[in-house]
Amino acid sequence: MDQRPQALLELIGITKIYPGVTALDDISLRVDRGEVLGLIGENGAGKSTLMRILGGIVAPTAGSIRIDEQDHAMLSVNQSARAGIAFVHQELNLFENLDVAANVGMGREPRRFGLVSRKRLRDRVAPLLQRLGADFGPDTPVEGLSIAQRQLVEIAKALSIAARVIIMDEPTSSLTLKETERLLQVISELKADGVAVIYISHRLGEVKSCADRVVCLRDGRIAGELARDAVTHAAMIRLMIGRDLKALYIPPDAESSDGGCEIEGVITPAFPDRQVHLSIRRGEILGLAGLVGSGRTSLARVIFGIDRILGGQIRVDGKPVPITSPGHAIRHGIYLVPEDRKRSGLIVDMPVVENITLASLRAYTRMKLVKRDLELAVSRTQRARLSIRTPGDHTPVVTLSGGNQQKVVLAKWLSMQPKVVVFDEPTRGVDVGAKNEIYLLIRELADRGVAILMISSDMEEVIGVSDRIAVMYEGTISGILQRHQFNEYNVLRLAIGQDLDTAEAH
Amino acid sequence: MLPRKELGLLLLLMLISGITAILNPLFLSGVNLLDMANLIGLFGIFSIGEGLTIITGGIDLSVGSMFSLLGVIFIDLVANRGVSWPLSLMAVLVGGLVLGAIQGFLITRARMQPFIVTLCGLLIYRGAARYYTDDSTMGFGYGDSADTLSWLASGRSFGIPHSFIFLIIVALILGVVLHRSVFGRYLFAVGKNEEAARYSGINTNLVIAGAYVLSGLLAGISTIFLVFYTNSVSPSTFGNFYELYAIAAAVLGGCSLRGGEGSILGIVLGTALLQVLQNLVNILGIPSSLNFAVMGTVILLGVFADQQLQKRRETAIAMGAQRARPAGSVVTAAAPKSGG
Repeated sequence: MDQRPQALLELIGITKIYPGVTALDDISLRVDRGEVLGLIGENGAGKSTLMRILGGIVAPTAGSIRIDEQDHAMLSVNQSARAGIAFVHQELNLFENLDVAANVGMGREPRRFGLVSRKRLRDRVAPLLQRLGADFGPDTPVEGLSIAQRQLVEIAKALSIAARVIIMDEPTSSLTLKETERLLQVISELKADGVAVIYISHRLGEVKSCADRVVCLRDGRIAGELARDAVTHAAMIRLMIGRDLKALYIPPDAESSDGGCEIEGVITPAFPDRQVHLSIRRGEILGLAGLVGSGRTSLARVIFGIDRILGGQIRVDGKPVPITSPGHAIRHGIYLVPEDRKRSGLIVDMPVVENITLASLRAYTRMKLVKRDLELAVSRTQRARLSIRTPGDHTPVVTLSGGNQQKVVLAKWLSMQPKVVVFDEPTRGVDVGAKNEIYLLIRELADRGVAILMISSDMEEVIGVSDRIAVMYEGTISGILQRHQFNEYNVLRLAIGQDLDTAEAH
Repeated sequence: MLPRKELGLLLLLMLISGITAILNPLFLSGVNLLDMANLIGLFGIFSIGEGLTIITGGIDLSVGSMFSLLGVIFIDLVANRGVSWPLSLMAVLVGGLVLGAIQGFLITRARMQPFIVTLCGLLIYRGAARYYTDDSTMGFGYGDSADTLSWLASGRSFGIPHSFIFLIIVALILGVVLHRSVFGRYLFAVGKNEEAARYSGINTNLVIAGAYVLSGLLAGISTIFLVFYTNSVSPSTFGNFYELYAIAAAVLGGCSLRGGEGSILGIVLGTALLQVLQNLVNILGIPSSLNFAVMGTVILLGVFADQQLQKRRETAIAMGAQRARPAGSVVTAAAPKSGG
């Protein structure tokens, strides 16, 4: 047991340079047989790029990958699969219309007379499911499976190609605590079979409980490595953050004032048996934290009139506002900066100017016709104000960087009269420089007397930007933190439905 | 200055016309040109409506059958029931409007696919028209043809067919609506990204339904022109395949079936090109059985060429963007063409 296990996979000096950005800088990493390697780091630290290199989706700029004593300058998707590297993705990649066996055997179906032999496929898949302790059979349609069950299907898929390294990317982000425990159990069984697991997660507790070793990435570099007995919450957070969180905070110019947005007993379609009570004062940035699936986005959708409100009341400056469509919400000064800006926030093929004026086009008309010069004037003003970097007003938004795209979404709302602005993951996919600009803009907006609700899964952002933090758990607000209570530990505590004052975790 | 797409189409139209005229000078004779103008007018009006639905990302397959149903109703009202022509005209226009509104309702409120809804419209209206007339041809009798309306629909002023003049008017009005009004901007927005449009407060259902209502109304108007062009309606063949002409014209004119792209000028030029192609088949003595084959080939080539050009343009833009970035120095050597 004492001998150094054989390295399954070794990365040597991997560097990846995108135009203008160094995503990975000289990363060296080894994964041993039967080991669970915890990989942590903030969003944008380079974890996904590293995994994409392992999956053969992108080629590194420099460095090599050593598998079975052989060095590769890059992997192709096929080489990666043949080397036994398998992925269990954050967003599951299953065919919902097929059954479990078909998904597990996808692309490698046993054939008989050129047709898929369903029997042999089943016989092949059933033992895998058994080994994972699945409570469903190979014939079950994937459509009816829970996310945790689907994850097992993904793992079975990995096992069916004789995976030696399984990379799990935020595997528990949508799981309940019990399902999470079950997954950790599966991981320890895999480990016993000699399979290596790279476990990527923001959930430090899970990393702590399953990892043999933790490597932390920060800004494309390895920030540090922790051996099994050195893995603690504090040590991991130190490595991830590497700087003082409070440095982000921009204090408000003025005290927040009454009015703003009150959410009273609101019931969302996602949790029809729970109520949400929340009040966002004018001039305040209220951070809304919580795990994925805790009902934050659903609340935002109800406030903005996309989903129907099932009960309760929303008041703006003391007046109840009935909202049944985004049009209504906008008329009452409630705006949403959505999570998926390319899908819901922007019409990416349209030019910058048309995106900025889309929501308030009627204000730029004379005799019902759109006045181009008025539109352009607004676009120019907003571009200057938000320093949107674009070649021109008529450039299609699709060619801009993530940060500048997000600024176009902001420009759309800032050119109008906001009272309440809901930000859903305002800096997802935005580079570090632009992030700070966006935080400044959010604060500026608050200082103008706007009530701001900022949904964010980025801990640094929630803690750094908010004036208060509300945490959601299973469709209700599980607690509200004042600035002096702000820390990752408290937020996480509330996010998993526990009280603040219970004893310090193990 | 014409946009690139329309300019290309215009050049193609002139090229084909030029070649045809060289091969057979009769192509440019007054009679032939006026005949073509009339047909362009007839087909252009409803093609514009079709184009609007395509811009929203949908399609309207029902217009050909609408002609048949509204056509037999119109002749029945005027010739058999002695209803005055203004009333009969209103009936047809309102009929088109209502059919369009029903389709728009089903597409937006009932969330059914435009293809399915209008395909069923195609089947239902055609069947209804044939049942209504016992499958027999209806025509105007002596003396009961609506003279004024007949002149309006099939007459000429200053030697120009009224259908063509009317097309120009419709094109001008809808050109302003599509390219200059709020509704027009919304049509493009909805076609490009319905969800983002909704998130910007646009009542997307109303916008989409509006396109189908307009398409129905324009189909109603076209019915009148077509009825007076043929002077009779055989319910089983009247307007057969006309929706396909309309789709072809719109696509040729730059409308993308993915939605969010297109222009009124393009649709009109597309219609013109299709009619020139039909005319060319006749006038050059190509067997008329090849009519559709010629049309199909030209559309295929046209759309293919357009996509290739677009791809090249996009690559050029991407290269330009690459060059603007400081670190991306790898590919710059290849593209020093435009000095700016």
